[in-house]
Amino acid sequence: MSQTTAQRAAAGTADYLDQRTGISKAVKGFARKIFPDHWSFLLGEIALYSFVILIISGIFLTMFFVPSMGLIVYEGPFAPMNGLEMSEAFASTLALSFEVTGGLLMRQIHHWAALLFIAAIVTHMMRVFFTGAFRKPREVNWVVGFVLLILGMAAGFTGYSLPDDVLSGNGLRITDGVVKSIPVAGSYMSYMIFGGEFPGEHIIPRLFTLHILVIPGLILALIGLHLFLVVLHKHTHFPGPGRTQRNVVGFPLFPVYVAKAGGFFFIVFGVLALMAATMTINPVWNYGPYDPSPIGAGAQPDWYIIFLEGALRLMPGNTEYVIGGFTLSLNVLIPAVIIPGILFTLLAVYPFIEAYATGDKKEHHLLDRPRNAPVRTATGVAILTAFFVLLLAGANDIIATHFSMSLNDITYIFRASLLIGPFIAFWITKRICLGLQRKDRELVLHGHETGRIMRLPHGEYIEVHKPLDEFERWTLVQHEPNRPIEPAPQHDERGVRRKGYRRDAIRARVSRFFYEDRVEPVTPQELSRAQAHHHGPEGLVGTGDGTVASVDHGTTDAYRSVQAGDAGTGQGPVPSPAGERER
Amino acid sequence: MKAIAARRHHRHAPMVLLLLALLMTGGLYAAFAPSAVSAAAPSEDDIAAGRALFIANCATCHGPSAEGRDDVPSLIGVGAASVDFQVGTGRMPMQMDGPQAAAKPPQFDQEQINQLAAYVASLGPGPAVPSAQQVDPALGDAANGGALFRTNCAMCHGAIGAGGALTEGKWAPSLADSTPTQVYTAMVTGPQSMPVFNDANLTPDEKRDIIAFLEEQHRGSPGGITLGSLGPVGEGVWVWIVGMGLLIGASVWIGAKSS
Repeated sequence: MSQTTAQRAAAGTADYLDQRTGISKAVKGFARKIFPDHWSFLLGEIALYSFVILIISGIFLTMFFVPSMGLIVYEGPFAPMNGLEMSEAFASTLALSFEVTGGLLMRQIHHWAALLFIAAIVTHMMRVFFTGAFRKPREVNWVVGFVLLILGMAAGFTGYSLPDDVLSGNGLRITDGVVKSIPVAGSYMSYMIFGGEFPGEHIIPRLFTLHILVIPGLILALIGLHLFLVVLHKHTHFPGPGRTQRNVVGFPLFPVYVAKAGGFFFIVFGVLALMAATMTINPVWNYGPYDPSPIGAGAQPDWYIIFLEGALRLMPGNTEYVIGGFTLSLNVLIPAVIIPGILFTLLAVYPFIEAYATGDKKEHHLLDRPRNAPVRTATGVAILTAFFVLLLAGANDIIATHFSMSLNDITYIFRASLLIGPFIAFWITKRICLGLQRKDRELVLHGHETGRIMRLPHGEYIEVHKPLDEFERWTLVQHEPNRPIEPAPQHDERGVRRKGYRRDAIRARVSRFFYEDRVEPVTPQELSRAQAHHHGPEGLVGTGDGTVASVDHGTTDAYRSVQAGDAGTGQGPVPSPAGERER
Repeated sequence: MKAIAARRHHRHAPMVLLLLALLMTGGLYAAFAPSAVSAAAPSEDDIAAGRALFIANCATCHGPSAEGRDDVPSLIGVGAASVDFQVGTGRMPMQMDGPQAAAKPPQFDQEQINQLAAYVASLGPGPAVPSAQQVDPALGDAANGGALFRTNCAMCHGAIGAGGALTEGKWAPSLADSTPTQVYTAMVTGPQSMPVFNDANLTPDEKRDIIAFLEEQHRGSPGGITLGSLGPVGEGVWVWIVGMGLLIGASVWIGAKSS
């Protein structure tokens, strides 16, 4: 078989590289990496690709942006600014928008990509949270991802402030106020950040260094770590027939996922280019050069910071106290520092709280269906509810004008929603999860309703139920239920009070909060009992197509919440997997 | 003179001097203050027709002599500019009670509005409707107007006049569809929650600069669709709807099995 020139050249190059670097081992390893199929596993890739696009477009912007607060008088093609005094940073942003070829497109791609970057991170994080992908061994990677979220927000905020327009200057003024609200150290910190009294002449060059060097460098390093850990741990996958804690079922990176993921990059780039080409973003020429005196209605930060703005808008303003000559601005400190501090700390440490509550030291490579972890799902929804209320509160003026509502009423409604909304959301979500689990039990035990009504010889009417096939049943019964930890007895066998009992009791209480209310998956015993019941002499019914369907006489037992003490999970037959395995 | 000099220590002397000073200040102000007389003086017929319209459409609330009552302002001294703005934008006659009178298609044609304005102007001196030259955007400096707008108007109307929310259900309307005359008359009369920007606050030339700046906004955004010029909130909504919407759709497509 003769090789073409191209094949010979490729083989020669590959051989040359392999002899000098031994790269073939790495390529072979990576090429055989298995990536499971599910749309939600691509959300992180959207974030990754947005970041690549941010770097490419950002490099372009640095070629023209002048990070200086030196004042000049604008003379340029944008007539409504002619003769105005402005900083060089703002003037160069105008030049980027109106003079540099393709500059406005690049600016808009960069800004849309920044919004998309955080949106994708948040969505990806939701997927990881609700499916329990943060459990051992991935807790560290959850924290890395969390830090990436914070860094992404920091990158966004520093970039938003660079053009030195009125809108971003207002944002910096709020930042200044938030920093100053920190007791004792605040005013010193503000002077340090701004190099003197706000706004000073140093903040733009400082933000520039952070925005183009420090933060992206950190993000890049942490993305490397994040992906390294993904490779090290191997990807998680959703439960299903043939999928276990010891394998990954999916397709190899080469050629399937190289094509899919590589193509996805261009889809992300295409969507961003489409948005940037058609939709205005951050029109700094509308906002005008920064001047500390004006402020525009509708002054808000980018979406991922709006929750802070919302917290500030909701906080009653009369909570500022002067104690012994020192001002304690609780009206700023609580909404801008303490509330986000609580929300974000909870998010960061959640995997450790849950591990503490389960006492589980096993590795988890199979994801949870969100309904099978009701308290986790409910906690996530509660955090999102608080975040969403704050987000809406940050847009209260837009809501007021667009829905013809009173700004004051909206504020009162959101204040109440912030305080009770997360608890209501928690309760509702937990109930829905438990209800869905009961529905699963019902399905496993009694099969699908067919809608076919039959009349028995003695006149009774029954509905024919079609039993689940073993693939479908496996997905519904495969999970292992978590049960509350019982503390070891308070006194040892000699009646001496045991050291560490109190700690165990606290842990048991936390564990009870998580797992006291639960619906356990159907056990094989329950299943065979149900089947025997349905296939009893008076219940046996032919469905006409040769199979035997079960008949449902009463479903009360399906709704029973199972308490601890029942046997382990359903151990139905394991159907063979589709695709390939790894691990 | 001697008589005056003799009484200069009289105990009423300070009072007399004060009265004289006040009289002089007032007289000088009357002489030099901007005149509110409109270009073409309305005829007696206009005033009569305006009064008839007023009695039929406005007197229910404002009273038969436009003197107002509890929560309804008196129209004596509000001037023709106020009538031109309120009736010309359909805010008056008010469609319904609410936090603030909403704009609607005007109920009268321009001739009737002029007649009403002539009647109200005849009740007492007030700001007049500006001439075409006073509101010609071509004569204004948009750059200066932009700077003035950001300092004086943007806190309620938004950076380029897209509108904004005020307290208790009131709002600052969008200026996108306002005519130059309406912008001018609003500034001189201060309708509803808006403060009055009189000629000492913003000179007529500066008002024209602001009009020029607002006219610039009709050219649209160099960046594409404006998304309502709502700022980052609008952008955030669209990045989730269009950006995440399309990309999650693409993810589902990519993640779907070919079989």
